[in-house]
Amino acid sequence: MKLGMTSFAAAALFAVVSFFAASPVQAAGEAVELEHQEWSWDGVLGGFDRQQLQRGFQIYREVCAACHGLDYIAFRNLEAIGYSEDQVKFLASQYEIEECCDEFGDLFNRPAIPADRIPNPYPNEQFARASNGGSLPPDLSLMTKARPNGPDYVYNLILGYQDPPADMAEEIMPGMYYNSVFDGNQIAMAQQLFEDLVEYSDGTPATEEQMAKDVTAFLHWAAEPKLEQRKQTGIRVLLFTFVFTVLAYFLKRRIWADVKH
Amino acid sequence: MSTNKGWGARAFDWFEERLPIVSFIDHSVGSQYPAPKNLNYFWNFGSLAGFMLVVMILTGILLAMSYTPHVDYAFDSVERIMRDVNSGWLLRYMHANGASFFFIVVYIHIFRGLYYGSYKAPREVLWWLGIIILLLMMATAFMGYVLPWGQMSFWGATVITNLFSAIPVVGDEIVTWLWGGFAVGNPTLNRFYALHYLLPFVIVGAVVLHIWALHIPGSNNPTGIEAAPQDKIPFHPYYTAKDAFGLGVFLLAYFAVVFWFPNALGHPDNYIPANPLSTPAHIVPEWYFLPFYAILRSIDNKLIGVVLMFASILILFVIPWLDTSRIRSATFRPIYKVLFWILLVDCVVLTWCGAQLPEGLPLILSRVGTFWYFFHFLVLLPVIGWIETPRPLPTSISTPVVAKPAE
Repeated sequence: MKLGMTSFAAAALFAVVSFFAASPVQAAGEAVELEHQEWSWDGVLGGFDRQQLQRGFQIYREVCAACHGLDYIAFRNLEAIGYSEDQVKFLASQYEIEECCDEFGDLFNRPAIPADRIPNPYPNEQFARASNGGSLPPDLSLMTKARPNGPDYVYNLILGYQDPPADMAEEIMPGMYYNSVFDGNQIAMAQQLFEDLVEYSDGTPATEEQMAKDVTAFLHWAAEPKLEQRKQTGIRVLLFTFVFTVLAYFLKRRIWADVKH
Repeated sequence: MSTNKGWGARAFDWFEERLPIVSFIDHSVGSQYPAPKNLNYFWNFGSLAGFMLVVMILTGILLAMSYTPHVDYAFDSVERIMRDVNSGWLLRYMHANGASFFFIVVYIHIFRGLYYGSYKAPREVLWWLGIIILLLMMATAFMGYVLPWGQMSFWGATVITNLFSAIPVVGDEIVTWLWGGFAVGNPTLNRFYALHYLLPFVIVGAVVLHIWALHIPGSNNPTGIEAAPQDKIPFHPYYTAKDAFGLGVFLLAYFAVVFWFPNALGHPDNYIPANPLSTPAHIVPEWYFLPFYAILRSIDNKLIGVVLMFASILILFVIPWLDTSRIRSATFRPIYKVLFWILLVDCVVLTWCGAQLPEGLPLILSRVGTFWYFFHFLVLLPVIGWIETPRPLPTSISTPVVAKPAE
């Protein structure tokens, strides 16, 4: 039995080590140290802060959406961040959707409805690149899951604009900007957030940090909209499994009571 | 008329006479399968693997109902599952992490077999079937990882299928044939989907044979000596109860990852849609392939690397004969026991190396690790069997070992 337990511990260790050996974060090479932020979804039951998500959506809508799509989010999804059905309807109606086709076979425009996805700022990739000096502004729907430590990465990247170090100043290509977090340190997106760029309807002071944090939270909701549901289900499943395991343990002890081993 | 059996029991008897499937199951994993009474919790991992196979098939079939195997829609359909399908996020996270936990369970199952000599006579065919299941699992997992059509899906598929180009003369033709085109594309995705759906059922067949082959000699046990009939207890209720408890513990770990760290084992790049024009900085396979990836990249020559990688699994087929010791359990093999743990550490080191760029320390460690892996099986295993003096074996599994050496 003693052997059993030692080797069991070793097996557990093997599993844990493999778990972390596999962590792709290490594969990133000379990754920049990301300043870790406290997020509302940290912790076992941490969820989203609806006020923050709405502020973040405001930043997306007034700043990011000029160049970045949010292809997987429909207007109806915004009810999940605290807007009413009527607010969503009104919001959607302010966008135009190009639809195929009228009775003459021509494209026509109609106001968006809640079931529509938020329209992409560009009709196609070539247009997007042509409008951005050859660079393609990536879709943001999954951004916080598509980078190691996604939320911290996005937050730090947004705030990562500074003067290039002396040895790099010459290397920055035309139309590119120095960013301390971006891979290669040259990014085609200029700094976007400046103090008091937007006016928050809830009166929160719009500092650069506040805006970066809010929009990152919004993007994390966009990437993982079922996060709260997942954790709440998880707690119930885990409690059930725990009770099952305890009962199974005593059942096993009782069944094995007559076996000498 | 005068029978005192109820109608239910009579209906049961009627059916059993015509198709004795219930007693068949009872003989397989029920009260009619006598198992040694001293099996420790490592013997739990066989039934856990069976459980995970069922979880994977059930969640997989449900995912298939909402998945679209087309290069233009695959990524979107997965996101649709995550966002719009009822409990789709749960199905997908259970399936994706289920693959990892299936491998964890199976790797522990295999190392248990290595430690207690479960591959030795008369269980060689049982062991072979296990390796065949492992190979089928690897093929299934690899093709399943391609289906979401993210960056790692696409580039992983490109790297792995390209391995076949190392075959002399016909290599390039074989790769074109595998792809169904001149690059990984829609035909590749379609056939991978078809095979990813098929292979799990082939695994089910292999598992049936695996259990059949288990029942001919019966289960090995931690002492490695034959269990006398009086030292055996019925699988049900004893091991069904024990395995149920083990399952509970396992599920706690599995669910903790599914519900709180569902993306920790995956690669962030796979949330970027596949793009044939943009190669990721660092292409890595899923963690359960990392030791083999490290072996592959430990050699500069592609053909030799590929051969070594496949040999690292195929070599398991012949270890019943490479191991010259007739003592099964490492408990009574003082030298082999040490080598077993070194091999385990070796595999962990190779796993770590597989996640690193093949240069500097990771490359050196990959080479040392690869050398040791084959040295263990090809040289040490035969030689130790000849020179090792085993500790005295107990006469039966009920008798405690003669006297524990003073510690």
